[in-house]
Amino acid sequence: MKAAKRQSVFLRCLVYISAGLTITTVVGILIYILIKGVSHLSWDLFAFKYTSENVSLFPALVNTVTMTVVSLLIAAPMGIFSGIYLVEYANRDSKAVKLIRLTTETLSGIPSIVFGLFGYLLFVSSASGFGWGYSMLAGAFSLAIMILPVIMRSTEEALKSVPDTYREGSFGLGAGKLRTVFKIVLPAAMPGILAGIILSIGRIVGETAVLIYTSGTVAHIPKNLMGSGRTLSVHLYALWSEGMNTESAYATAVILVVTVSLLNALSAYLAKKFTKGNLNG
Amino acid sequence: MSSKKSKSVKENIMKAIFFISAFMSVVAVILICIFLFANGLPAMKKIGFAEFLLGRTWRPGNDIYGVFPMIIGSLYVTAGALVIGVPVGILSAIFLARFCPPKLYKVVKPIINLLAGIPSVVYGFFGLMVIVPFIRNTFNVAGTSMLAASLVLGIMILPTIIGMSEASIRAVPDSYYEGSLALGASHERSVFYSLLPAAKSGILSSVILGMGRAVGETMAVVMVAGNQPVMPSGVLKGLRTLTANIVLEMGYAADLHREALISTAVVLFVFILIINLLFSIIKKGVKS
Repeated sequence: MKAAKRQSVFLRCLVYISAGLTITTVVGILIYILIKGVSHLSWDLFAFKYTSENVSLFPALVNTVTMTVVSLLIAAPMGIFSGIYLVEYANRDSKAVKLIRLTTETLSGIPSIVFGLFGYLLFVSSASGFGWGYSMLAGAFSLAIMILPVIMRSTEEALKSVPDTYREGSFGLGAGKLRTVFKIVLPAAMPGILAGIILSIGRIVGETAVLIYTSGTVAHIPKNLMGSGRTLSVHLYALWSEGMNTESAYATAVILVVTVSLLNALSAYLAKKFTKGNLNG
Repeated sequence: MSSKKSKSVKENIMKAIFFISAFMSVVAVILICIFLFANGLPAMKKIGFAEFLLGRTWRPGNDIYGVFPMIIGSLYVTAGALVIGVPVGILSAIFLARFCPPKLYKVVKPIINLLAGIPSVVYGFFGLMVIVPFIRNTFNVAGTSMLAASLVLGIMILPTIIGMSEASIRAVPDSYYEGSLALGASHERSVFYSLLPAAKSGILSSVILGMGRAVGETMAVVMVAGNQPVMPSGVLKGLRTLTANIVLEMGYAADLHREALISTAVVLFVFILIINLLFSIIKKGVKS
């Protein structure tokens, strides 16, 4: 009995120590990045032009926004349509659906450097005959493939959680399938889909390995999408590989962490609100 | 009548568009496979499969491409990350599921979720500024090392392991726990000896998912691992992973060197496919 008691105490200690370790690590990383980063923020870093004297991160910031918008324009319709097909149209046991599920799962497990290499081979190197090179568009396409499974899955989940009575009501009033999907089901599922899209914005903003060899590492705002430009994450990596400019690196790190954390929190909030609303309704 | 017909045409066109969208993921995976294997396998053949996979020297300048040190590097770093991340992760999951007071949970859970959102390049930067100097000063070595990479990766896989393990511990019916309590076991022993074994397969799949993340991670590793393309010779020595090999040299590689890097990605890809396969086997086991 005494041995059992001792073991219980030991196990309890283990659990508390581990939890403490985890929490200290997270809080430690966040506080370190925040304090160091905020103290290195300065207006010079937001100068419009990047020069070797003033390692401005402003162009990278603009490129990040551009990259996010373009990747989403490619991936969001595709992901949402895929989700609609899988939930509203497809026969769940058909071979095609099984194949689609298998490949989506595979896609979500592929490391980002493989996407980057693939994007490089397909868009930069094979398509160079068509005037492609390191370009924002090549980066956006590669990113779009990476976030496709995220948007697909969240759309699927959101559509599935719309009660069938919505659809039956719409059909009963004489609406066709397409109309029902677009006017009734999709609006009801919107918060869930939005949560997925915001989550993928977070991934786009934080992604580096995909972009180094697709959109390249030029530190300026390109004239158009066929130009090369680095996003904030790539900027941080490039600062490292060019010999560290610590000041700009800390500032970039804090902007990245804050942006992505806010996006993730927003996504989690939306997803939670969405499921709650459904339970109440 | 004709409006009805045009309506059904529209329905069918949209249905086709939905299907094509859904099929794009299949196309993407097929294209990725084709591009990797079509570019990577011929190079492997040219170098010689055995020389490439088991060769211990990577010297692109002399056209010697042995990727074995990087394979071992990836395995070591991943193993190190698991050694650090798995026990802490599972025990933290147990804490969240069965020990944490609800009020504390509301604070702690979102904070741990933040870990999942931190970009990998920021982890690398943190490792470079904090973990590497710490190792350098404590052990009087270069600092960029297998230990640094394993530590960074171990932290990175925590949210994956905690999230899934917690969910699978929570999924075990309460009757298991209550039954154990009724037999006189303490809270701790009930959790460890009756809940944990029941949640075993979910926890195992969380470990495998974390393993996939660790093998595929690039940016964080490249910044702290040292990247010497030699056989890893100790926890405090530098090493290079498969992912790092690609990202470091792709920028200037040409000809066979470039193809050898794509072959490196093929090796990585095969690793990931094996891990995915393991994952789905375990998941299927859970369902049945």
